[in-house]
Amino acid sequence: MALPPKATFPLSLFLLLPLLLLSLVLATTTQQEEFSEELLLKPLPDRKILAHFHFQNEAPLDADSFARHHHLFPKSISQLVQKFHIKSMELSFTQGRWNYERWGGFDPISSHNAKPPGVELWAVFDVPPHQVDASWKNLTHSLSGLFCASINFLESSTTYSAPEWAFQSALGSLRYGTLPREAVCTENLTPWLKLLPCRDKAGLSSLMDRPSIYRSFYHSQRLHLTMSSAPSDGSRSGIILEQTLTVVLQPNDQNADTNHVSKAKIQPSWSLSSIFGRKISGRCVLAKLSTVYLHADKGLVAQLENLHKTTAQFADNDTGPEDYRVNSGFKLSVTPKRVHTELGKDSSILYEYPIKDYKDTEQFDLGLSWEHPIVWSSPHAPFYASRFLMGSGNERGAIAISLKSTEMTQGLVTNNIEERCKLQVNVLQVVPWYVKVYYHTLQLLIDERPRVLTDFVERMRVSPSEDKVSPGMMELVLQFPCEMKSAVLSIEFDKGFLHIDEYPPDANQGFDIPSAIISFPDFNAALQFYDKSQSKSPLLSKLQEKSPVLSYTEVLLVPLTTPDFSMPYNVITITCTVFALYFGSLVNVLRRRVGEEERLLKNKDASKAVFLRRVLTKLSAKLRGRPLESTTSPSSSSSSSFVSPKLILRVLLVAGIAIAWQYYSQ
Amino acid sequence: MDQNRREVMGANENSSAKPRVRPIVRLGIFLISHSNIVSLVCFLAGVVALLLLPVLAKNTYISENALMPGSAYNMLSTHHVSDANKFIKDLTDLEFTSMASPIESQKLIARYMSALDAEVTFHKFYPQFSQFHPLHFFTSPDSGIISKNGTCSSFGVNTIGIIRAPRGDGKEAIVLVTPYNRSKVGLGEAVSLGIAYSVFSLLSRVTWLAKDVIWLVADSQYGEYSAVAAWLREYQAPVFHKVDVVTSEACNESSTFNELGQGLYLDGKLNGDFRRAGTMAAALVIKVAEQGDRYEDSLNIYAEATNGQMPNLDLINIVNYMAVHKQGLRIEVKKMWSLLDSWWLNTLGVIFESLGKIARSLNPQWKFGIPASEYVEGAATLASSLYYQGLGVPTGPHGAFRDYQVDAITLEISPKVSLTKLYRRNEFILRGGRLIEGVIRSINNLLEKFHQSFFLYLLTSPGKFVSVGVYMIPFALLVAPLPIVAAYLHANASNSNPQNPSTLEVDGSHKSWEWLNSARKVLVIHLWGVVVSLLPFFLRQLPNTTLTMNFVLWGFLSILSLLILYLILGCPIAEASASQLEKNKWASLKSVTISTAFIGLSLMSVINFATAEIGALLIVPICLLARPLKLDIQARSWRTLLRASFNIALGFVVFPPVAFVLLKVAFEDFYGINVGDYWKWVESLWAWNSATYLYVGVVHLPCWALCIYILFHPC
Repeated sequence: MALPPKATFPLSLFLLLPLLLLSLVLATTTQQEEFSEELLLKPLPDRKILAHFHFQNEAPLDADSFARHHHLFPKSISQLVQKFHIKSMELSFTQGRWNYERWGGFDPISSHNAKPPGVELWAVFDVPPHQVDASWKNLTHSLSGLFCASINFLESSTTYSAPEWAFQSALGSLRYGTLPREAVCTENLTPWLKLLPCRDKAGLSSLMDRPSIYRSFYHSQRLHLTMSSAPSDGSRSGIILEQTLTVVLQPNDQNADTNHVSKAKIQPSWSLSSIFGRKISGRCVLAKLSTVYLHADKGLVAQLENLHKTTAQFADNDTGPEDYRVNSGFKLSVTPKRVHTELGKDSSILYEYPIKDYKDTEQFDLGLSWEHPIVWSSPHAPFYASRFLMGSGNERGAIAISLKSTEMTQGLVTNNIEERCKLQVNVLQVVPWYVKVYYHTLQLLIDERPRVLTDFVERMRVSPSEDKVSPGMMELVLQFPCEMKSAVLSIEFDKGFLHIDEYPPDANQGFDIPSAIISFPDFNAALQFYDKSQSKSPLLSKLQEKSPVLSYTEVLLVPLTTPDFSMPYNVITITCTVFALYFGSLVNVLRRRVGEEERLLKNKDASKAVFLRRVLTKLSAKLRGRPLESTTSPSSSSSSSFVSPKLILRVLLVAGIAIAWQYYSQ
Repeated sequence: MDQNRREVMGANENSSAKPRVRPIVRLGIFLISHSNIVSLVCFLAGVVALLLLPVLAKNTYISENALMPGSAYNMLSTHHVSDANKFIKDLTDLEFTSMASPIESQKLIARYMSALDAEVTFHKFYPQFSQFHPLHFFTSPDSGIISKNGTCSSFGVNTIGIIRAPRGDGKEAIVLVTPYNRSKVGLGEAVSLGIAYSVFSLLSRVTWLAKDVIWLVADSQYGEYSAVAAWLREYQAPVFHKVDVVTSEACNESSTFNELGQGLYLDGKLNGDFRRAGTMAAALVIKVAEQGDRYEDSLNIYAEATNGQMPNLDLINIVNYMAVHKQGLRIEVKKMWSLLDSWWLNTLGVIFESLGKIARSLNPQWKFGIPASEYVEGAATLASSLYYQGLGVPTGPHGAFRDYQVDAITLEISPKVSLTKLYRRNEFILRGGRLIEGVIRSINNLLEKFHQSFFLYLLTSPGKFVSVGVYMIPFALLVAPLPIVAAYLHANASNSNPQNPSTLEVDGSHKSWEWLNSARKVLVIHLWGVVVSLLPFFLRQLPNTTLTMNFVLWGFLSILSLLILYLILGCPIAEASASQLEKNKWASLKSVTISTAFIGLSLMSVINFATAEIGALLIVPICLLARPLKLDIQARSWRTLLRASFNIALGFVVFPPVAFVLLKVAFEDFYGINVGDYWKWVESLWAWNSATYLYVGVVHLPCWALCIYILFHPC
């Protein structure tokens, strides 16, 4: 609440007091604004660390809350929600690629936070269908201003599409757009941090040292908005703003020697201060919850248990508590407050470190040091999806999406050997209009054999592209048999020609085809922990939330025919010359009546030449002082030949003079 | 006074009521009427302009600013070099220890790549043997035609390592290629692998990488080119239903291929499927010559791809810049060594040098003279540049990339002394590695495609080039007389008839259509040319033939087909002609021949300029000079006799096999000539889909035959 100027203080205080009281009353009656900050750390199989910051801000939503001041919740976002009637929205800025193969594709973190490079935005609006596009356009401009990014390019109808069910199923008026070429840097992070109550001055966000987080292998900042519904009547009761930053960092390897081709490498040990260059000095006082988690995934835990068994055989002094049963592989510098174990046989483990327990003077610096070399792998999505271009040249090509089964589906086959098991795969592919896709050429090959597409497609929705108006979009729901090893979807396209002003003014590298989205609705990327009831942590509930496994494919680069932009100048010059020559001669031919002209010319020549000759001969005669000679016509024989000796003589004379001039002028 | 006189003249002329002719038409008529002198002047000017090209060459420059070659410090250190040395040692040791499994070295390479956190895959391919498909000229390499005769037992295995750029979007990739023969690893190949490894190990750690890096270790036991081409085919145009092509049960060897991947895919990596990394921005093929230069470390650049296509000049410029200014390597492009000592070129160089000196003494700003030695070197390089572009056969594995519009060059680094000494080898690897690092870093900077610099050029030295605007002039001058002479002959042939009053009314219609008869004859001969160029396709189907036999058979069949064609189509024309027209018949035939030669040369200049240039040098003189020997001998003046002898000499020289032998003697090392060599050469031309083959068969040979026909014309 803004303080009024001092002179009018008593008066305004008097005036404002009832309002203040009123708002206090309101605040107590409705739900409180809540903010929580959490950080999840996870060692990855390829000796990198995943750090996932999760900030959640909840605010109650009132009918009259347009001009309301929030305590914690960013006003700009609430205004955005109010103005454009956003039901839910997600904006992500990503640099680098998520490595589905090594960093996993089956856990909630990869499903939610692995995003395509550049900017991705989707939003669901709570407005009548004809207003959706207008709201989207306004939203892109507002976000563009808020985040210092060129999100406003998504305004053009050629860049966004309206998938209906392949993406976020059954949400209503959804609009989806990506900008694969958008560069992400600190100027996008700063406005994002501004939305946090403590910014990066206190709490977990103070770890965000710019050089270290931008040195990461993957960097994705995300902003997710949803409306929370009241449990009683299902009406909208509040806004949940979820801000996440996911980075994959490589800790400095102290004993880095590359002469370890044969032997297995030991994972590098790390601590918060070594990967971020900072420590946590305290929590953000405004946060209700401030926690750091360390997540050891399924594969790692299994390997640790194996290791434990082998070491236990050698040393029988296994007296540690149950919590430390897998800790023989690595050492933690701080004892965790609580350990969450996932349900099931081989389960992942989550170590919890509440920040509030640490005093301001001592700093929290979680460290992990490995004791034994451990090789494990992250859980993969049922199919590993990759997409590539085929063909060469500037005329045509083809897009192929290949799906390769992973150990996930191989496990399924052994389980369900009797009944015929099917696997659902949803594919969403948006293609810009200048890549003219022929949807009838869609081909499906399963295990390297061409198959009839209709046997496997359950549903399909195609909206063909319209030149300069809308992109082409293809939504597919495919049912594959579980025992399938590989599948390839290929579709052919022609490369279109762009108008000269549609080429980007800067570097022309080629044009992007945005990532395709492959989702597996049959699988849920969720972790189930024992102590479900007592945890009120938003991050934990997010991890436990059931959502389909989702993965993005690569962005493709299509080289289109590029005109040489200096060419117009040349073309203009040459066409002008040709036209001048053509019209000149044409006009000449049309205008001239040869016979008439010659007659005229003869008359004129006769009169003029005679006159001129008379004058000139007189003049010369006078100059020479000689009597007038009879003008004998000079030999006209030379005129018949093109090159008369006189002409040559004259040219030579002029050239000689020029050379002499050139020589002596030096 | 002059003015006055002209007025008078004008008046005089007009009084004779002669219509004025437009200047451009007058110029045309003038040129045609003086066609002899014009063609002589043009031809000589063309030859002189061609000889002047080394003088007119410009210095190369980095055209694309984003490349910024050499603006960063080299990061490749001795540490990387010692790693590379260890790798080389392991690789060469392997050859001595385990002779049993040749696949072991592939495993070793893969293990080393994998230790660098690269994604490693193997690519198994069946080598495609060259086959003549007459209808597949100019088509892109078709994946559908996988050779049926590739047996299961003979397959190659490429090893591919891919480093993903840490923060890149993976849209583009740079390719490093090291050909490597797994059955016998020479030290040169091992060192080239070592250089690539040192660069690769550096690139796996750097943060500045924006494009992915692919290192392809091409299994060159069936040829370097075919291995690279097979990989590219799989990369760009894969065939998904392989099951039909190679039946799986017949190929038991695949088990050895499968065992390759064992132990590699442990830490979270998936099985070894073929992997891709975006659009290729550029490719570098690295080779190390075993037998080095005696003076210093040097670098050879090979750039010519199929049909004389060249990579963007900027790519050569970066390599040149990095090698000369950063690494101090002596850089070379291919030269015609035989030309270096030729006396005529040296005298020509001296003449041009002195001319340049005179010009400079007149005006110090005229700087077109270059030293004679430089001229000779430039001319030798230019000749080889023309020859290899004209041949249309790629000069290395980089040619495979050009088929997919990827700029690529081959870098062959040759050491000063033998690489067996460890200290010397370390320094060599450091230099080579830093060169490659610099080039890759420069390409990595590139935001756009290579488009800024030239694609059409001839090199006269690594740092000098002749662009298309300049080298077109000699060709234009060479072919310019052809239409003029054709027009002159046509005009003469049609004008001279009316002198004979008896034929005037009879042949009024016949005369104007007479050229059509000649055109028919020319067409028949060109048809024969097509038949001749198709014959090798059928000859190749014959089993158990030697090269010489093939060649003889080809010649025999060609003559036979000529006879048949002549009997079917040629005879009626010959009979129809009246005896008094016979005199002009050869002129009209020559006119049409020259026109077709002109059209053929012009078309060829669009497809492969160098071929057209060399072809024009050969075919234009005889086209211009050809005249029935009978007439020349009848005239019995020294001029006509000289012309006749010239004609006979030219007619002999221009015959394709003779021309081939002469060119071989002139440009390549002379090891004795075998008749079968020509067949071999032709075979190599069609194996590489070279348009030169078509040119020789469809344009050059018929034109030569027609000229010979004119020489022996009975008139």
